[in-house]
Amino acid sequence: MSARATPTAAPTPLAYFAAQTIKAFNTNKTSWIGLLVFLVVVALALAAPWLAPYDPNDQNIMEKLRPPSAEHWLGTDSFGRDTLSRILYGARISLVIGVASTLLAMLIGSAIGMFAGWHGGRIDTVTMQAMDVLLAFPSLILGLILVAMLGPSMHNIIIAIALTSIPPFARIARAPTIAIKEREFVMAGRALGFSDTRIVAGHILPNILPEILVMGSLWLANAIRTEASLAFVGLGVKPPTATWGGMIREGFENILDSYTLALVPSISILVVIFALNLLGDGLRDAIDPKLKGET
Amino acid sequence: MTAFVVRRLAFACVTLFAVLTLVFVLVRIVPGDPAQLILGDQASREAIDALRQRLGLNLPIWEQYLVFLAGALRGDWGVSLVSGQPVIGEVLKVLPWTIQLTIVSLILGIAIGVPLGVYAAIHRNRVIDYAVRVSSLLGLSFPPFVAAIILLLAFAIALPWFPVISARSGSLAAWYQSITLPAVSLGLITAAYVTRVTRSAMLEVLSEDYVRTARAKGVPWNAVVWRHALRNALIPIITVVGLYLGILIGNSVLTEIVFSRPGLGKLLIGALNQRDYPMLQGMMVIYTLIVVLVNLLTDLAYGVADPRVKLK
Repeated sequence: MSARATPTAAPTPLAYFAAQTIKAFNTNKTSWIGLLVFLVVVALALAAPWLAPYDPNDQNIMEKLRPPSAEHWLGTDSFGRDTLSRILYGARISLVIGVASTLLAMLIGSAIGMFAGWHGGRIDTVTMQAMDVLLAFPSLILGLILVAMLGPSMHNIIIAIALTSIPPFARIARAPTIAIKEREFVMAGRALGFSDTRIVAGHILPNILPEILVMGSLWLANAIRTEASLAFVGLGVKPPTATWGGMIREGFENILDSYTLALVPSISILVVIFALNLLGDGLRDAIDPKLKGET
Repeated sequence: MTAFVVRRLAFACVTLFAVLTLVFVLVRIVPGDPAQLILGDQASREAIDALRQRLGLNLPIWEQYLVFLAGALRGDWGVSLVSGQPVIGEVLKVLPWTIQLTIVSLILGIAIGVPLGVYAAIHRNRVIDYAVRVSSLLGLSFPPFVAAIILLLAFAIALPWFPVISARSGSLAAWYQSITLPAVSLGLITAAYVTRVTRSAMLEVLSEDYVRTARAKGVPWNAVVWRHALRNALIPIITVVGLYLGILIGNSVLTEIVFSRPGLGKLLIGALNQRDYPMLQGMMVIYTLIVVLVNLLTDLAYGVADPRVKLK
């Protein structure tokens, strides 16, 4: 390390992280667009109780299957419920299930990956083989079966989606752990008598965190898509709770009477997933130019 | 080559065994007694015991496991609780529908994705490259059933070019009519993935020394791109196509539902709704077999695309 000529204060880890994040966002301007759109959706979902013009579950049979109008901006469904209100409330379900299952998968997956990479040898081989097996099985089908067997409650859906998303996080956490394990600062930690947990959590984790977070944004998109797929085949959070997948299902059943009913939630879901993909894809380019465009 | 194939086969067997074990565990994590669940709360003690006997649930767990493994490998997957027919017969009856759909979608995805990815790569950072990148990102953002519903709305309802229910067979015209919309909806999403991986693999290869050498000695640009570069970019493309096949089989479930097309998807959803456990177990076995087979084919494709793989 060079001698410090000017006595500038070293940046705190948090400030350094923030600066790096902004730099990563600036490499690919589309990341900003993705983030902005996603934050708007989050804000709309949070503000649903104040923004929604009607109660999302209020039925009004006299007003059923109405096209968009001044009273109902996005029309009404076959029970006369206001589509706009249901979209706003449905966003909450998508986001809660998406974020919770992704965080869970991220935690368990990166723990498994770091564990395998840190120990190496047979433990590594067996663990990663198990991950490959889990990865090979079509995740949507695994999710469907898990939810059908556990019962379609919010937390079972979260568990099922999380389970199917563990392997990619294990993979992405493992490779850098192996690389970093041999570096001087890890050896220094060992020489100082630090425990394995302390080295992994305190010194390896911060190094691989950016990659895990970027993967997280891409898998959040995937989790939201899976939740909608489950709801579409009738394995979502139970009706009458508004979910986007469930709304598409109801809209699809009435597609000959009103096409807006299926189209509005379809577009909502597409916008959120596209925004998250723009965000994650742009950031991934910034973190590792070699991974450009790989999926 | 023989040693390579044998090694891959051995690995496929290990995977098959592991996933079958996973299936066995999955079916048994159901809270409560399956016999009770099937028969409902009103069932008598005797009826439940009889069903437990029939399903083999009275045996010790390790014996159930051995019976399951032996049955799975012999093709004896039990009898559907709903139709009373052997599970394997019901599965084999609809399997061709799903396989056709998957293969046609995959071919469509490769036929669109590879040329588009190559084209974007050689026009890097030009307008066309950005257009391809953004549209492929949009393409892979589509939930499969959303793509299916939009195509259905556009080309079966607004413009009545194709049937709303895609279940016809018999003549070639009927086949074409019933497979076009489902295959296009899955194929476009596949194309998005293939385009992206082709583009990134080509970008990497095009900066290699041997590409410059080929150019320097006067090989025409087209030959460099399509023969030298693409050949070397094949490995990552095969990896993604192989991995994506698993996703495609999963996605086909939703597409089959939207287009009311017979296949594994409709069978699976039916079995899930009816809690037909033997059927579910059998379906997971067939999915496992398909996945293991796809992995094996992917491995063998590596060997064909890159002879060095066989030596490792």
